[in-house]
Amino acid sequence: MRKLAIALLVLVIAAGTGSLLADPLASGLRGSTPLNDEGPAPPMTPMRNTAEREVRNYPEQPPVIPHSIDGYQIDLNSNKCLSCHARARTAESQAPMVSITHFMDRDGQFLASVSPRRFFCTECHVPQNVTTPPVSNDFVDIDTMLSRAAPGGRR
Amino acid sequence: MSTLDRPTPKVGVIRRAWNFIVELWFVLIRPSSVFGLGVLVLAGFTAGVIFWGGFNTALELTNTEKFCTSCHEMRDNVFSELKSTIHFTNRSGVRASCPDCHVPHNWTDKIARKMQASKEVWGHLFGFIDTREKFTDKRLELALHEWARFKANDSLECRNCHSAQSMDITKQSPRASDAHQRFLFTGEKTCIDCHKGIAHHLPDMRGVPGWQ
Repeated sequence: MRKLAIALLVLVIAAGTGSLLADPLASGLRGSTPLNDEGPAPPMTPMRNTAEREVRNYPEQPPVIPHSIDGYQIDLNSNKCLSCHARARTAESQAPMVSITHFMDRDGQFLASVSPRRFFCTECHVPQNVTTPPVSNDFVDIDTMLSRAAPGGRR
Repeated sequence: MSTLDRPTPKVGVIRRAWNFIVELWFVLIRPSSVFGLGVLVLAGFTAGVIFWGGFNTALELTNTEKFCTSCHEMRDNVFSELKSTIHFTNRSGVRASCPDCHVPHNWTDKIARKMQASKEVWGHLFGFIDTREKFTDKRLELALHEWARFKANDSLECRNCHSAQSMDITKQSPRASDAHQRFLFTGEKTCIDCHKGIAHHLPDMRGVPGWQ
């Protein structure tokens, strides 16, 4: 009886691993590529380039970049973003000025120009690609939240 | 003539060379007594064609991407930077190589630029920028030269391909279309005023107008 049980267990495990190995583990994100292989890269999608401001989902959100920034150099030598978004350049470029918070050092003191810790724009601000996200987002902003009849209720 | 007629075994090299030049000069200014005028004209014409063809071929050889990148100063610094930009690879497969932007296409200006480039050959031979450090130290100066040249000729080398007349602003992004209408079409600015660092990395831009 005991031997039969062990044999049965071995059989079940073998069948299980066999079917696992045979299964390509298809998922919506990685497709049917086996786990130990790298699938073909999805095609690159165009960048959103309308130059129209996008709504922020919460007040502290760094605004996303509504235009293409291909080839923009941001390093120790130069910052291409600032040739439009710097204070002195906004009249000519009509671009929004870099926020005043970017002039503050860590003690809250305002500096004459953009603080070194806020110099590298793309650490927080990112351009947007025109694509369908593989995972949908059900984020609800605070205004929608507050206007609901039963706060904290079913979304 | 008396010096020519009296050769002595102790004449120095310079003296002998001088004597040769003088002798050659007298041969050249005398009319030919052997060849006919037609033969001389034809021979001169043929030699001229061969010389001119050879000159232009040699000139065009120095006007290729291959020639420019045969120096490591160009290959390892500016050419490697060009490779990631739209002027090297793009959707339509047109490449702007070194001379398209850095050598004027007009013949007179091209010769003038080629004569200037002899200083660059000198710089290469004596290693003005033969290390990455030397290059980055000198980079702003070199870039300023190029920007000044583009500014002075109204970005002529850009306009060899990109003309304002054939630019369809409806195909551009709203930002680009707006900027070109306000600054390019009015003649207020020229290409290089806004499009610096589009084919190579930028040097330290502190002090350059319009940059931080």
